[in-house]
Amino acid sequence: MALSLATASFVIERDPARCIACQVCVRQCANDVHFYDADDDTVRAHDQSCVGCHRCVTLCPTQALSVRLNPLEYRPHANWGPDILRNIYKQAETGGMLLTGMGDDQPQRIYWDHMVLNASQVTNPSIDPVREPMELKTYLGAKPERLEIDDHGDGLTLRTELTPQLELDIPIMFSAMSYGSISFNACESLARAATEAGTYYNTGEGGLHPALYQYGERTIAQVASGRFGVHLDYLNAAAALEIKIGQGAKPGIGGHLPGEKVTLDISRTRMIPQGTDALSPAPHHDIYSIEDLRQLIYAIKEATHYTKPVSVKVAAVHNIAPIASGIVRAGADIVAIDGLRGGTGAAPTMVRNNVGIPIELAIAAVDARLRSEGIRHRASLVAAGSMRCSADVVKAIALGADAVYIATSALVAMGCHLCQHCYTGKCNWGIATQDPYLTKRLNPNIGAQRLANLLRAWSLEIKEMMGGMGVNSIESLRGNRDHLRGLGLNQVELDALGIKAAGM
Amino acid sequence: MDRILDQVTRPQAAITETVVDCLGRHYREVNQELRRLVDDGAHRLRLTHVAGQRYLGTNLQRPVQITIEGVPGNDLGAFMDGPRIRVLDDAQDGCGNTMNSGVLVIHGSAGDILGHSMRGGAIYVRDDVGYRVGIHMKEYGDTLPVIVIGGTAQHFLGEYMAGGVLIVLGRRLPPGAMHPSRYIGAGMHGGVIYMAGKVNETFLGKEVAVTALSDVDRETVEGHVAAYAQAMGMDLEPLLARPFVKIYPKTARPYGRLYAY
Repeated sequence: MALSLATASFVIERDPARCIACQVCVRQCANDVHFYDADDDTVRAHDQSCVGCHRCVTLCPTQALSVRLNPLEYRPHANWGPDILRNIYKQAETGGMLLTGMGDDQPQRIYWDHMVLNASQVTNPSIDPVREPMELKTYLGAKPERLEIDDHGDGLTLRTELTPQLELDIPIMFSAMSYGSISFNACESLARAATEAGTYYNTGEGGLHPALYQYGERTIAQVASGRFGVHLDYLNAAAALEIKIGQGAKPGIGGHLPGEKVTLDISRTRMIPQGTDALSPAPHHDIYSIEDLRQLIYAIKEATHYTKPVSVKVAAVHNIAPIASGIVRAGADIVAIDGLRGGTGAAPTMVRNNVGIPIELAIAAVDARLRSEGIRHRASLVAAGSMRCSADVVKAIALGADAVYIATSALVAMGCHLCQHCYTGKCNWGIATQDPYLTKRLNPNIGAQRLANLLRAWSLEIKEMMGGMGVNSIESLRGNRDHLRGLGLNQVELDALGIKAAGM
Repeated sequence: MDRILDQVTRPQAAITETVVDCLGRHYREVNQELRRLVDDGAHRLRLTHVAGQRYLGTNLQRPVQITIEGVPGNDLGAFMDGPRIRVLDDAQDGCGNTMNSGVLVIHGSAGDILGHSMRGGAIYVRDDVGYRVGIHMKEYGDTLPVIVIGGTAQHFLGEYMAGGVLIVLGRRLPPGAMHPSRYIGAGMHGGVIYMAGKVNETFLGKEVAVTALSDVDRETVEGHVAAYAQAMGMDLEPLLARPFVKIYPKTARPYGRLYAY
């Protein structure tokens, strides 16, 4: 192999006093960083191949390992940082697009961290969620203009026909991750945790494995441009269908599951031959307008006999407010919007880091636009694109979202360490890989339990924050921007978010 | 192949036909009625006065036979799984969109993206079709989608095609005239296109190559065209009279060297 000018990102530090040469690290690393030198009875490392996933560090029985950023310091340059140089070296060697995984890692402003929540003091009582009922129940779907009720004298019945709704015990769902981008065990963990927590997980665009049909009533199934695995049984197995137009990590571009990842099982689920490339075209070729979107929404409604809500997922881009308005008018029951920091299994680095807008601004713009047009009730708004903690969820709902999608947080709960190398298919945590040696590392019993724990923990925190605000129902928080104040934001940003500055 | 032939030629005379008048009715109402009739055991339906009603045949997961009088609307047979539909007129856009199985026979012309992401079954069109026909067709297991176009097709025929067989007979092209379609097979990475008559190679997508038919190809074409002829009630021989060319993807991995790993 020719000498690479790209230096290692990490260095492995092995404490010889602690290392017993047990070779756990050798067996655990799919990147072949660690190797055993029999001559010296020593374990050594190729630092160059380390992605910083910490699998070896976590599993080392004697805590002999540490992984550090390579201390190699380039001559300081405010414009030409080490990552930029490494990228150019890599591209000069390969002639290819830079590829990455997970969400935007650049230091763009995270608006969640510039918003603070309110709490009750003296003039209105706070509520103790441990002793008093606190309602997180959320229904996603179109709501009627008004309710017409018949009075029979001996009782009331609802005359208005309600459209199908998703019932969530907690306003957090697992966002779309396909079987192919993540392992079967990861999919099963998500499905089981969603079932246990009374929420939903999303198949992504890779179809539905036969073994997961049993979780259908907790499944949102995607229809994306590649139409992989989309057939009537798939549509009818799910609780809701989602037309995937775009994704926050890569707005406007398609997807590409390389043939080597299309194993026998994945080929069955996607309904394509084994070993062939699964190309998701950038656009849906039957959607060139809002009218065309309406046509696909109603094709799905016809196929499922109007029994399931249809969601349309788009990436947050500049004109997201009118786009969302069009989606609602096209007949979507749910509009899902994925922001700049949303994750991915693989995206061109330049696209991930530079295309789209943060979800905070998108929620504010869309909620305000739909309200001003008097159509906010016609669809629910689901926000995605990096909800890192329960406070982000509370702020998203106060800005105007009905519920949120989480994916990166869910992967982290299952063991992901954000090494951003999902696209290599060598995930040492058994999540973003199809290698049976690696996938068995994620036990779906444990994965499901950890995910359910995360949702439980966040719901406790959400109730605590709501109680503090004197709000006993998530309904009362939704779009209630009086509960938010901006910290360190300029007036343009405050106006875009529709909130006041702290102190005002 | 035998199965497809069987589907379109099986004698059905003994089965009674239910007539559904679609005059002035919304597609939702029509489709609900069709669904109810099929659930109640109807095997043969005749839809009269059809004028633009969408999604006909979409939600009927049975091998029911449907004859359509008039012009059906977009997404005829979208997600279709089982029905055999015969349209006695033209059809619009999106016929057989993401279709899984069944047969669409169109005794006229059809619009754009016919057979979009189709995975199985057959679509036969007597005359011409619009843009992007057969886009992202794919085959899987023992299902093989087949489209046979009697006339010619507009641009981006077989775009992104990942599997299946697409045949264009060029019936109505004047002698010596080229097919008008440009960018044939752009992004194609599976399946095969057979075209009768002249194809300008500068009109092909950069991912495909063109060659003469082998014996196996000829057998494939003859089999599918025979089924087509039978479904259309045409003579087979004139359909096969013109020389065919085969258009196939140069590689199954057109997007191999895009990334810096």
